[in-house]
Amino acid sequence: MAKQPIITVKNLVKNYGDFAAVKGISFEVYEGEIFGLLGPNGAGKTTTLEVIETLREKTSGEITVDGFNIETDKDSIKQRIGVQLQAAGYYPNLNLSELIDLFSGLYGIDKSPMEMLSKVALTDKAKAKYKDLSGGQKQRFSIATTLINNPRIIFLDEPTTGLDPQARRNLWDLIREIRDQGTTVVITTHYMDEAEVLCDRVAFVDGGRIIGIDTPDHFIDQLVASGFERKKQVKLANLEDVFIKLTGKEWREG
Amino acid sequence: MNQNPKYSNTKATLAIAKASFRSILRSPSAVVFTLAFPLIFIIVFANIGGGGVKVDVGLAKTSDTLSPVYQALKNIKVVHLIQDQTAEDMKGNLAKGIIDAVVDIHKNNAQPIYTINVQYTKASAEKGNILRSVLSNIYYNINSRTLGATPPVAEIKETTVSGREYKYIDFILPGQLGFSILSSGVFGTAFVFLSLRLTLVIKRFFATPVKRSSIVLGEALARITFSLLGALFIILVGHYLFGFTLIHGVITVLNMLVLSTLGLIIFMGFGFIISGIAKNESTVPPLSNIITMPQFLLSGTFFSVTAFPKWLQAISNVLPLTHLNNAMRKVAFEGAGLGDVTHQLLILLVWFVITYAVAVKTFKWE
Repeated sequence: MAKQPIITVKNLVKNYGDFAAVKGISFEVYEGEIFGLLGPNGAGKTTTLEVIETLREKTSGEITVDGFNIETDKDSIKQRIGVQLQAAGYYPNLNLSELIDLFSGLYGIDKSPMEMLSKVALTDKAKAKYKDLSGGQKQRFSIATTLINNPRIIFLDEPTTGLDPQARRNLWDLIREIRDQGTTVVITTHYMDEAEVLCDRVAFVDGGRIIGIDTPDHFIDQLVASGFERKKQVKLANLEDVFIKLTGKEWREG
Repeated sequence: MNQNPKYSNTKATLAIAKASFRSILRSPSAVVFTLAFPLIFIIVFANIGGGGVKVDVGLAKTSDTLSPVYQALKNIKVVHLIQDQTAEDMKGNLAKGIIDAVVDIHKNNAQPIYTINVQYTKASAEKGNILRSVLSNIYYNINSRTLGATPPVAEIKETTVSGREYKYIDFILPGQLGFSILSSGVFGTAFVFLSLRLTLVIKRFFATPVKRSSIVLGEALARITFSLLGALFIILVGHYLFGFTLIHGVITVLNMLVLSTLGLIIFMGFGFIISGIAKNESTVPPLSNIITMPQFLLSGTFFSVTAFPKWLQAISNVLPLTHLNNAMRKVAFEGAGLGDVTHQLLILLVWFVITYAVAVKTFKWE
C-alpha cells in the first residue's frame, strides 16, 4: 500500500515574542498510521500540535491537513480533526452524555451519546460528571469527544500521563482500535516504551527541531548496529510485565 | 467519511445555550442570587414595611369588654390590643416601651357610666400621643351620640381622593428584580467566562468549528432565559402572595421582562469586563462587588433615591440600576409603556455603549 501523506508540515516556525519555540520543523504524517512526537518537556511538541490543530497561529511555514491549507481553510480542517488537549476541562455541572450532546452541537451533527460512550466503554458512566471519573476514564472520555465528528485524524497530547499500567495498556488498545478503523492518530508522549509498542513511526523533537524520523524498530536497529549495548543484560520480561502479571490485566475503575 | 457539508452556527449556539442553561440550573449560587435572595428580601420587607404604625395597647384584665369603648377600640386598626399578659408583665413592658400604653375600662353605677384609665409611658411618647387622639375621638363620638342634641360649633367634612394604594411591595419588588438581574448578569457572566477560560473549556471549543459569536450568544441566551424565568417567578409570587400591582396584567409583565432583558444585557457587559481582568476565580467576587454594591445600596433598591441628600442623589442618578428600577416602577405601577420610559432607556443605552466598548478591549479568550 502506497503511503499517502495526510499531514504535511514544511519549515514550521513559531515564536512567542523573542522566544523561538519551534525552529523550522518539517515532517509528514501518513494516512492510517499512529505517529508519535517524542521529546523532553519544552521541546515544542505541544506547540507544533496546537498549530496543526488550528489553535495557534504559526509564525511561518506551510501546513496542509487532509489537503486543506491551514491558512485558508481552518474551518474545513476543524471539521476533519479531533483534538484532545493536555489538561483541558469540560463544561461544568454536566454529565458525560450531556457533554457529548454539547460537542455534537459544536460540530453541527447528531450523534447519540450512548453510541459515542460505548466506543470507549463508558456507557455505565453516562450520568456521571467528568470530575468524578478516574484518570483512565477521563482520558477515554476525552478520546470519545475527539471521535464525534468521524475525524480523519485525531491528535492526542500525552494521553497516558499519570495513568497506572492497566489503564495505560487499555488506552493503547483503544488507540490501536481507532487506527484500525481508518483514523490517523498523532500522539505525543514521554514514555519510550509506549512509543515503541504503539507508534508506527516516531519523530524526535528537541529544542524546537526534529532530530530524527523513522519507525521505532529502525531507530533501535540503527543504534544497535552502531555498536550500542545496554549496560544491563535485557531480560525477557521487565518490571511492568511483573506488575501486570501480579495485579491482573483487567481494567481497574476508580 | 461522512462529513457534514454545511455547518450550522445556529445549532452550535443552541447546543451551548442548552449546556449553559443546564449548568446554571445546577449551580447553587446562581439559584440563590437570582431567586432566593430577592424573594427573602421581598418577604421580609413586605412584612415589616407594609403594616404602617401600630400602637400596642395593653388591656387590663379588669376591663369591661362589653362596653362600647372596648368595641370602638377593637375596631381601630392602628390599635393593637394585648389581652394575654398579666398586670405585672404589662407594667414591666410599659416601662420598657414594649407596650405603648395600658388601658383599663370600668363600668360605673353612676354618671359617667364609663371611666377609662390610661397609663402612658415616656418610653414611647409618640405612640402614646396617637392613642391619646384615638381615645379623644372615641370619647367625642360616644358622648355626642348619647347626648345627641347639642349642635356642634365646628364640623369636619372628610373626603378621600380615590386612587391606587401604593403598597411597599410596589416599591420593593421592582428594586429586587433589578438586584436579581444585576447579580445574575455581573457575577454569573464573570464566573462562567473566567472558569471556561481557566479550565481550557473554551480552548477545547476552539478545536471545533464553533464561532466565537456562537459561544457568547449561546451563553447570553442561557443567562437571559434563566434570569427571565427568575424574574417571572418573582413577579408572580409578588403579585399573588403580596398583592404587587400589575396595572395592565400580562402586558405589564411583558414590558417588565423586556426591561429585564435590556438590563441584563448591560450588566452582562460588566461581567465580560470582570472576566477579562480577573486573574483567578477568587478575584471575581471583590471585582463584582465593586460594580454591584454601590448600585445595590444607591439605586433605590430598598429606599427611594429621594430620601438621600442631594450630593448622593447625584451619584445615584448616574448608576444604570437606578434608571432600570425607575423604568420598572413606572411600567409596573403607573402602567407606562416602553415608549413612556425613553429617558431611562436612553441612559441605559449610554451605559450599554460604554460597557461594551470597555468589554471588547478587556475580554480575553485564552
